[in-house]
Amino acid sequence: MGQYLVRRILTIIPTLIAISFVIFAVLDLAPGDPTSALPETIRPEIRQQIRKAMGLDEPFPVKYGLWMRQFFVNEPLSLIENAFDIQIGDSEERLRVTSWGSRGVPVMDMILERLPQTMWVVGLAYLVAIVIAVPVGVISAIRQYSVFDQVGTFFSLIGYSIPTFFTGLLMILLFSVKLKWFPMIYDTNLSIVDWDSFVQQLRQSAMPVAVLGFFQAATLARFTRSSMLDNIPMDYVRTATAKGFRERYVVIRHILRNSLIPVVTLIALGIPAIFSGAIITEQIFRVNGLGALLIGAIQLNDIPLVQTVTFIFAFLIVVFNLIADVIYGILDPRIRYS
Amino acid sequence: MGRQVSTLRVVAILLAMAFLLAACPAAAPAGSEGMAADGEMAADEEMAEEDAMEDEEKVLTILYWQAASLPGPYLSGGTKDQDAGAITLEPLANYDPNGTIVPRLAMEIPTIENGGVSEDLMSITWTLKEGLLWSDGSDVTADDVVFTWQYCSDESTGCTASEAFLGIESVEAIDDRTIKITFDSPTPYPYNAFVGANTPIISSVQFADCVGAAAQTCNEENTAPLGTGPYRIIDFKVNDVAVYERNPHYHGEPAYFDTVVFKGGGDAASAARAVLETGEADYAWNLQVEPDILRDMEAAGLGKVVSAFAGYVERVLVNQTNPHSDLGDDRSEYMDGDNPHPFLTFPPIPQAMSMAIDRTLISEQLYGFAGQPTCNVIPAPLHYVSESNDTCLTQDIDGANALLDENGVLDSDGDGIREYNGIPLKVSYQTSTNSVRQKTQALLRQWWLQIGIETELINHDASVFFGGDPNSPDTYQKFYTDLQMYTTGPTIDPQQHLSNWICEQIPMRDNSWGGGNIFRGCNAEYDALFEQLTQTPVGPEREALVKQLNDINVQNNYQIPLVYRGEVSAHLDTLQGVWINGWDSQMWNVGEWHR
Repeated sequence: MGQYLVRRILTIIPTLIAISFVIFAVLDLAPGDPTSALPETIRPEIRQQIRKAMGLDEPFPVKYGLWMRQFFVNEPLSLIENAFDIQIGDSEERLRVTSWGSRGVPVMDMILERLPQTMWVVGLAYLVAIVIAVPVGVISAIRQYSVFDQVGTFFSLIGYSIPTFFTGLLMILLFSVKLKWFPMIYDTNLSIVDWDSFVQQLRQSAMPVAVLGFFQAATLARFTRSSMLDNIPMDYVRTATAKGFRERYVVIRHILRNSLIPVVTLIALGIPAIFSGAIITEQIFRVNGLGALLIGAIQLNDIPLVQTVTFIFAFLIVVFNLIADVIYGILDPRIRYS
Repeated sequence: MGRQVSTLRVVAILLAMAFLLAACPAAAPAGSEGMAADGEMAADEEMAEEDAMEDEEKVLTILYWQAASLPGPYLSGGTKDQDAGAITLEPLANYDPNGTIVPRLAMEIPTIENGGVSEDLMSITWTLKEGLLWSDGSDVTADDVVFTWQYCSDESTGCTASEAFLGIESVEAIDDRTIKITFDSPTPYPYNAFVGANTPIISSVQFADCVGAAAQTCNEENTAPLGTGPYRIIDFKVNDVAVYERNPHYHGEPAYFDTVVFKGGGDAASAARAVLETGEADYAWNLQVEPDILRDMEAAGLGKVVSAFAGYVERVLVNQTNPHSDLGDDRSEYMDGDNPHPFLTFPPIPQAMSMAIDRTLISEQLYGFAGQPTCNVIPAPLHYVSESNDTCLTQDIDGANALLDENGVLDSDGDGIREYNGIPLKVSYQTSTNSVRQKTQALLRQWWLQIGIETELINHDASVFFGGDPNSPDTYQKFYTDLQMYTTGPTIDPQQHLSNWICEQIPMRDNSWGGGNIFRGCNAEYDALFEQLTQTPVGPEREALVKQLNDINVQNNYQIPLVYRGEVSAHLDTLQGVWINGWDSQMWNVGEWHR
């Protein structure tokens, strides 16, 4: 296991370098221009000056090398400096990856600023989804074709097939416009200091969390159900029942434990999505988290921001893939890595 | 059985919790008002005080569905950025919605009459108001104005507003409050620099180390500039939200609101909804929403839709050169007039195309609050608008057909498409991808088919079409189609805009497709009149020249104007003092807004 882990971690490094190169190259070659979002009245000469000020004139290897250095050396150093309030070397002169859309603003600062609301909304939705989906999936499987199963399947299918921009809009129309229960604008400046602001926070997260949670719960519930159904007819289940264990015991100790192995993997693989945010849902409710940051950057052709955010997502996906593999091994003793 | 009951119970509890959560806040606003009066609560003095503060805090919430990247116009050229800046930054003077210049940081508007503008049109002298302070309490001096010019005109700053400073030779501080701007040639309209929200004054002390390439590293300065306006920035979250508080050092009446929240993100329709249907926000900007939907929302009765017009004209440009793909690199090249368009340079054809268009239908159905039909490329200010083209406002398909028949442009082979010199009238028509533009394209195609002209519709993503990438064939500068459609417009003085259409400005390979004469039309009379315009000071003579230039452009069918485009915003009925401005930032008078 130890050896396996070391080998896997070592292969991550070339993978990430390759990913960074592909991301950088694709974005660099893609058509589009950061000055295209500027008013059409701005003259071509002035556009050229702006491009030059952004460093667009440099050849590709120079840009790539610079970005690599800024991202892998300068940014971690700045993070450490900020975290521990110390100074390493000449931090004033150290170039950080800065945005083109908001010139002078380090991309990492923008990402860190967005992280809390994305983690709160998308993470909470994920949690809600798991809490709902696993019991629903389990009950649907043991009471297959019961009313509960039918209703569960119905809602899962709806949740799975209706896009979030539609459910989001529906919720706004119902709960904000008609009933006026929840605000439709997410206040990212709200800080939780007392009970009232906590309630306010819950209120403003209710709709985005519900929309996202519903969507994810649908997928997870279906998955849990079919995984349970795979296990129910197994011999070991029959043996356990024959031994005279109560149904609840068999379900929880035997079937569920075995069925959850693939579900846990699925959940682990889905965690990077928490960080990448939910682009559409964030946009609808103005959560302005990482998803909104990325989509905004793409629209403005803010290449450094897109590169950095995409790379971070890629990094998370690679890491969580590894984690999922490791968890799999721990949960299922039959699997041995060598 | 027992298990089923417990499942039901869990569901019931969850439902109950959801309702509690929903009901509790709904009651909260009413409750909190009553709270201050509640004896029990009042016992805790601190709490009561806090509640009272909360009750009294006056917050203005402004929604921009495009979030601001930076507060200010110098490093990020979007309207959203300019407007986020305009809440705190001020220029020497503003334009009001009628296009009149009104003093802001300046004592008065310099003119030739009051001696502020020199007789030879070579310089203008501004005087600052007395006792102006930055939002940190330091003095505003003439040096700040000089610095602003140096900052933006430094090439390596990459200043997005440097256009306004073109033609300025020097900006000097005569004394603490007097600034003299000298031009490199006679400038009949000297109010481009430091007038309007796109060239506000910034602090020379704060930005001293941020000139040139260093502008890219000034994170703190760029996101929290000192201002002189009614509010000052206290927090700026990039591409998300900006928060301002009342500026205690403001030179005017103290502003009404304690806090201004400038929130970005989302989409135009939901921004409209947040003002007109839920009343969560006070003001929503640039509501590019289907006119019918907007009318329905307004009917909810919470707020009203307002529109502002500047100079923007959605128009069809008629390629005067031959864009045929067989020509390879020579397509749409002017080649000193040797590559004319095979049929669009024959005046009756484009004229008939213009006659066949129902501009009123387009503006009412597709633009709604944001459009008026127009026949001019210079649609405003009023004293510059020609009246000699107004016949185009009525659609005349029969007249267009008759015109083509009279001129021998006939359908000789009976396929429904007319021919000119044996060439069938098939045109390609490109624009950017945008639902209103595609609907306009479809309407025009249908009308042109009725006069025997076939149209191929093309659309490109806006970032490509307007992107200016010299390697892309799909940019508006290359213009590899017969027709194309987009919007630009003059600033308050049309000279700059009109300068685009002189012969010298034709884009071609040799100038890397730089130049604003996109339709590639060269007209000696136009060039001569334009030369005259650059020497003529503001007044009736200048107005007549502008009208003539407009008429030459339209009557030669270089461009077919369609819609005079405005911007649509909405605000709550309770918000007073809004005077929406097309010529300047919509936030230009935010200091006067109140409830």
